[in-house]
Amino acid sequence: MTSPVFYILACVTLVSAICAMTLRSLIHCALCLAVSFLGFAALFLQMDAMFIAFAQVLVYIGAVAVLIVFAILLTRNAETSTEKRTQSLGAGLLVGAVLAGILILTIVQSPLPVSATKRAEPSVAQLGTALLTGYVVPLEFVGLLLTIALLGAVLLALPEKSTAIPVEAAE
Amino acid sequence: MTNPLQNYLLLSAIIFAIGFCGVILRRNAIVVLMGVELMLNACNLNFVAFWKYGSHPESAHGLVFVLFTIAIAAAESAVGLAMVIMVYRHFKTTRLDALKNLRG
Amino acid sequence: MNLGAEYLWLIPVLPLLASLISLLIPSRAAASFSAIGAMLLSLLLSLVAFAETVSHPGHHVFNFSWLTFGASRLSFGFLLDPLTGCMLVMVTFVGLLIFIYSTGYMAADPNYAKFFCFMSLFAAGMLGVIVANSLLLLFIAWEIVGLASYLLIGFWFFKPSAALAARKAFITTRIGDVAFFIGVIWLQSCAGTLLFYDNGRGCLEPAATSKMLADLTFVGLPVISAIALLIFCGAAGKSGQVPFHVWLPDAMEGPTPVSALIHAATMVAAGVFLVARVYPLMEATPAGSAPQSIPLIVITWVGAITALFAALIAVAQNDIKRILAYSTVSQLGYMMMGLGVGGIFVGIFHLITHAFFKALLFLGAGSVIHGAHEEQDITRLGGLKKTMPVTFFAYAVGMMALSGVPLLFSGFWSKDEILHSALNWPVSKLPFILGLLGAFLTAFYMTRQVVYVFYGVERSKAHENKSVFTVPLMILAGCSILLGFIGTPFWPWFAHYLEPTTSNTEFASGFSWEWIALACLSAVVVLGSILIAWNFYLPSAREEIIRDPLQRKAPGLFTALAHRLYIDELYEGSIIEWTRQAARVIARCEETLFDAIGRITALITLGFGWASRLFDRFVIDFGFDQTCRGLVKGAEAGTWTQSGTIQVYLRNIAVTLAILIVLLAWGCKGT
Repeated sequence: MTSPVFYILACVTLVSAICAMTLRSLIHCALCLAVSFLGFAALFLQMDAMFIAFAQVLVYIGAVAVLIVFAILLTRNAETSTEKRTQSLGAGLLVGAVLAGILILTIVQSPLPVSATKRAEPSVAQLGTALLTGYVVPLEFVGLLLTIALLGAVLLALPEKSTAIPVEAAE
Repeated sequence: MTNPLQNYLLLSAIIFAIGFCGVILRRNAIVVLMGVELMLNACNLNFVAFWKYGSHPESAHGLVFVLFTIAIAAAESAVGLAMVIMVYRHFKTTRLDALKNLRG
Repeated sequence: MNLGAEYLWLIPVLPLLASLISLLIPSRAAASFSAIGAMLLSLLLSLVAFAETVSHPGHHVFNFSWLTFGASRLSFGFLLDPLTGCMLVMVTFVGLLIFIYSTGYMAADPNYAKFFCFMSLFAAGMLGVIVANSLLLLFIAWEIVGLASYLLIGFWFFKPSAALAARKAFITTRIGDVAFFIGVIWLQSCAGTLLFYDNGRGCLEPAATSKMLADLTFVGLPVISAIALLIFCGAAGKSGQVPFHVWLPDAMEGPTPVSALIHAATMVAAGVFLVARVYPLMEATPAGSAPQSIPLIVITWVGAITALFAALIAVAQNDIKRILAYSTVSQLGYMMMGLGVGGIFVGIFHLITHAFFKALLFLGAGSVIHGAHEEQDITRLGGLKKTMPVTFFAYAVGMMALSGVPLLFSGFWSKDEILHSALNWPVSKLPFILGLLGAFLTAFYMTRQVVYVFYGVERSKAHENKSVFTVPLMILAGCSILLGFIGTPFWPWFAHYLEPTTSNTEFASGFSWEWIALACLSAVVVLGSILIAWNFYLPSAREEIIRDPLQRKAPGLFTALAHRLYIDELYEGSIIEWTRQAARVIARCEETLFDAIGRITALITLGFGWASRLFDRFVIDFGFDQTCRGLVKGAEAGTWTQSGTIQVYLRNIAVTLAILIVLLAWGCKGT
């Protein structure tokens, strides 16, 4: 039993995703992307995954989308008005359609379980406990990964002259 | 009515396909990264749907997975965009098809 | 003491040992003493052998087999018979006297020891020729004699004329030797053996000779006569018969003892000896045909022509030794003629007497040359009768013996035997006429020589020589007189000794009115010739500068004779020139041939190189290049998939993934 909310949210997400991928102006793409993120968060809420929705909004819309906007703003000068596609539209759409078709066929033809019980999202405490007991190793790794990503991003984004290693020190 | 799980899965599949089309069709590197984010989000939707309507009612595995995915996706987009900026500085362009130095 | 044939080998081997000793021990005394000692021993042994043949006449042989191959064998042997006996004594005796003489003559020569080494080698070879019972052994010794002659003629090799003369001698005799060898091989194939006497199986014995007589070669000539003629070619070469005589006068380039021993007494007599040795081959005629066999007819004519020819030339020669050389050629002609018309005794008798008086004449000439300080031209000598009396006396004896002055001197008896036989020759009387003319000329030129050398004005400062020179001269002079008496018809001992079957030894058995008439005729000829020559030449001898009266009266004839009737020039212009031309042509052909071969090889190699280069360029390089280009094009084609764009790669990954999913999902469903 799907409620109509699902369909509305699904439409919003779908449309904004399509817009994000097809609009010409990059800022418009970014904003549409943010809208789609919002749609996703709403869908998560509908599925009673409140913490995840919260995390989605915080991380994706708050950080990733802003990051994308910053990147667009920083690389503005290279935009030319004429925009040709990398390859032919037909080939790409065909491949995408094929991919979609296969996925849809698989989904449709596979016996999916239907659970009657409504489940309650575990509380944040439970999530935290799960993270720190069962998933402590991935948690640490993710922490490490985030640190590395932070350092890496900073290093990459630094101006080129300052990243040059002095030749005398290397000799 | 159709299976709600199936609905969610279909939606996620379609959005995944849309993200994929954007990745392979758009010229700008940033838009490609945006497509990648869309694909990751579709995967998250998949995971949450299965958590909700899947076989194991009490476990939090799906949600934890999603948490990790979100974290990693964020890290990845940070690094990727940093690289785009660096490439932009060096090659003065963000067009992916201009970066063909490895062409045989 | 009984010397059987098995000890005969000592006689040639002793001088051979002496030769080896003088080769190994380089002292002068060793050389001459060993040579003279060996010769003395050989003389003693020869005398013993001679006594043996006198007491036991006949052929004594000692044969041994040298090589055995399969069923056939090669045998050598030694023969002791009257011919061997008298020849051995003659050779060793004359050789001994000449060796003693040489110690004085060659005393000043630095190569004294080498001289005696070669002389001993020669003696060994000559004695080997005499004692051999096998024609092959004879041929081997014959070749040794030829070699020794070459070495001795060219003894003073630093004189170009001597070296040339030695070569000329060797090659001229070689031509004869080739024919000789062919005859030897033919004889071996016909008779199966080369032994002369072998208890009936020998090649000179009736069994073999009758078989060879029956076989005929082309033109109906019996095989035996053809072989005999071939063997005579060898004899003619060594004995200087016309046309092979050209080497003998030039051989005078050697030292005078060499001329005396080799070219007067012994080696040139080897040819005559050979003919006498194989006389059964020479005289064999088919029954009922001509009274004389063809080889003997040929031998007679060749001898007669040679006798006259050489005597003519001797009249116009001015070198003392040249005159004697031509005289030798002439006398050898007489010997051959004697063998042809009269048989073994006639020829060998003259050979023995000639050996002694010709050796005497040569040694006397050597004495004159040595005493007159190496002067050899008779027009520059003269009046030596007073300054060298002993030499004069000996030389006069020799001259009279050679001329055939009657009764006292051996030459008269031996030459008259020849003329007597020639008169009775059934084939023709011409050889007799030629012989008579030759006798006239012999006395003529010898008188000329004696007059110019010993009478008249003395033109050179000469002195008499030491006794080592004069004693052999006197001994030989004595022999020249005495030896005649063994062969006179009053006491034909020698004839009986040599031919026991055809003559006997009774007193005066060879005596006949015919003989007396002939003796008177030849006496008149000889004495008349001496008288004429005496009156002809003595006036010019009395002048300071000799001008030959013959040259004045008949200059053309004199010049022709002085130039030896141009025979040498004829040979030089024809045969030698042809040989030279042929050699040049062959050398040119060979040169061009090898040149051509070289060029062709070079061209072939270049061709190969060029072909390789082309192959390399057009096949290998081309192929390689094309392959590379193909690979590059293929690679370029292959890089079509490598667009370099990430999005294309992603698309391809997605396609592949789709295919995989299809395969997994629906492939598994099927199974």
